[in-house]
Amino acid sequence: MKYVLKKVITLIITLLCISAITFGAFSVIPGDAAVSKLGVNASPQQVEELREEMGLNDPIPVRYLSWLSGAVRGDFGDSYQYDNTTVASLLADRLPVTALLAAMSFLMILALSLPLGILSARFSGKWPDIGINLATQVVMAIPSFFLGIILTYVFGLVLHWFQPGQFVQPWEDLGACLGYLAFPAAAVALPKIAMVVKFLRGSVLAEMQKDYVRTAYSRGNTKGMVLYRHVLRNAFIPVITFLALVIAEILAGSIIVEQVFSVPGVGRLLITAILNRDYPVVQAVVMYVTALVVVINFLVDLLYQAVDPRIKTSG
Amino acid sequence: MKRWNYSLLAGCILSGAVLALALVGQFWTPYDPTAMDASVRNAAPSLAHLCGTDNFGRDIFSRIMNGAFTTCFVAICTVLIGAVGGTLVGAVTGYFGGPLDNVVMRVNDVLLSFPSVLLALVLVSLMGPGTANIIAALGILFIPSFARIVRGEYLRLKNQDFVWSARIMGAGNLRIMFVHILPNLFVSMLTTAAVGFNNAVLAEASMSYLGLGVQPPETSLGRMLYEAQTYLFNAPWYAIFPGVTIIIIVLGFSLISEGLRERESRG
Repeated sequence: MKYVLKKVITLIITLLCISAITFGAFSVIPGDAAVSKLGVNASPQQVEELREEMGLNDPIPVRYLSWLSGAVRGDFGDSYQYDNTTVASLLADRLPVTALLAAMSFLMILALSLPLGILSARFSGKWPDIGINLATQVVMAIPSFFLGIILTYVFGLVLHWFQPGQFVQPWEDLGACLGYLAFPAAAVALPKIAMVVKFLRGSVLAEMQKDYVRTAYSRGNTKGMVLYRHVLRNAFIPVITFLALVIAEILAGSIIVEQVFSVPGVGRLLITAILNRDYPVVQAVVMYVTALVVVINFLVDLLYQAVDPRIKTSG
Repeated sequence: MKRWNYSLLAGCILSGAVLALALVGQFWTPYDPTAMDASVRNAAPSLAHLCGTDNFGRDIFSRIMNGAFTTCFVAICTVLIGAVGGTLVGAVTGYFGGPLDNVVMRVNDVLLSFPSVLLALVLVSLMGPGTANIIAALGILFIPSFARIVRGEYLRLKNQDFVWSARIMGAGNLRIMFVHILPNLFVSMLTTAAVGFNNAVLAEASMSYLGLGVQPPETSLGRMLYEAQTYLFNAPWYAIFPGVTIIIIVLGFSLISEGLRERESRG
């Protein structure tokens, strides 16, 4: 319980730090939001009125606190770029799409990397392992957005399996939406699959060196039995932490891959907002994504401790 | 008989080839990389244009030579900033320890738990796009990972006999940190730098692909991919060759770091 409490406090402090940094960073940059909203021809009086209305005249700590109290309730203020549109509503439209994309690529990663990693470790040094090793080495070198471009060309433009740019919203036709998202999901997933395979192989091979494995062999177990009954459950423990890292990478990867496939998700919103200097949106997206990553890390820490009680005593 | 270190060899050949091309490209390219030629728009690869031409009839091979140079230049600067900054932070925190170490490493952990692309995007949105800004943004981002490794090494080395001998001989802290301990970090720094270089290449490519990195008339491999996407159907080679160049660079350096690690473990 003490362990959980300690982790919760760390989580809250981390989130507060992130929010302060995110807010602070965007408050110190030059440029006046009121001017950019009204255009350069606005009279100083108009600008002053809008500044007052937007709360830009308050000192930074006051603005931070009001932003934070809004953010906790899911209210990130209004977008600079779109009139009368709250950041929250912009996010609400795009979050499901990105969540779907991330979930699909995570499932792909689990479905492919676990069997491949085990296979590679089982036959370490033999041809399946050498083949998998070579493939992972090459795949890890491919940037996900280039993979996306290749997938667009091969499956979209040559084979016509999907129409690039013709994204269907999930609430219109879920099947068509999933069919479209399968390609960006694959582009995000493939390099990560290679990473997980390599990591799992290393973890299994390290575990195979331990004394209990020798004991299990001496009791007459075959290699397969040792692997599946004894080694795997131990080898998976570090993989859990690694998968948490992978989730963060998936979110980051989908920011870019959404751009390749014109998927109207959070990543695309972020890039457009950055290009248009729509800072409330940028702040909100950054806060959202990092909070998500931190919370996932927190949950994984808890899970990790549940799977392996040794952590509690050492950490 | 000495066993060949195939990873290291293959890595050196691959990345050496690209680096050589990039360097040569600074003095000589088959065509002027910015010269437009309306008669050969979107031409397929041929003997005259090894990688074809783009929508303005510019020679893609020449542009790759220049783009690879920009990409590698950004990556090298990034790694240098990361390595120097990380070494300073890691050396001080690892060597002295104490509450400062605690605080700095906590901050470090928080920074490391962010997806790096997201942080880079935030920094670039604050500073604006451009080559110098992308180097600064990525360089700052690379400090934590270097700092963590350097700190670990200092923790391991600071109580070794040679450090005590140096101390007994009257060497000051600064001298011990940078003259006695630092040279021992060479191999681990090299491996980290190779991995960091790759991440920097990928990060630069991603940022430029998003239109937030290198700006025209300068070009980089990521920027070329950004421009190529519009013409994907008519000129797929415009995307394929710069992309493959990125893959070769990254593959080369990851083989090098793998080879270095292998060599170290073999002794």
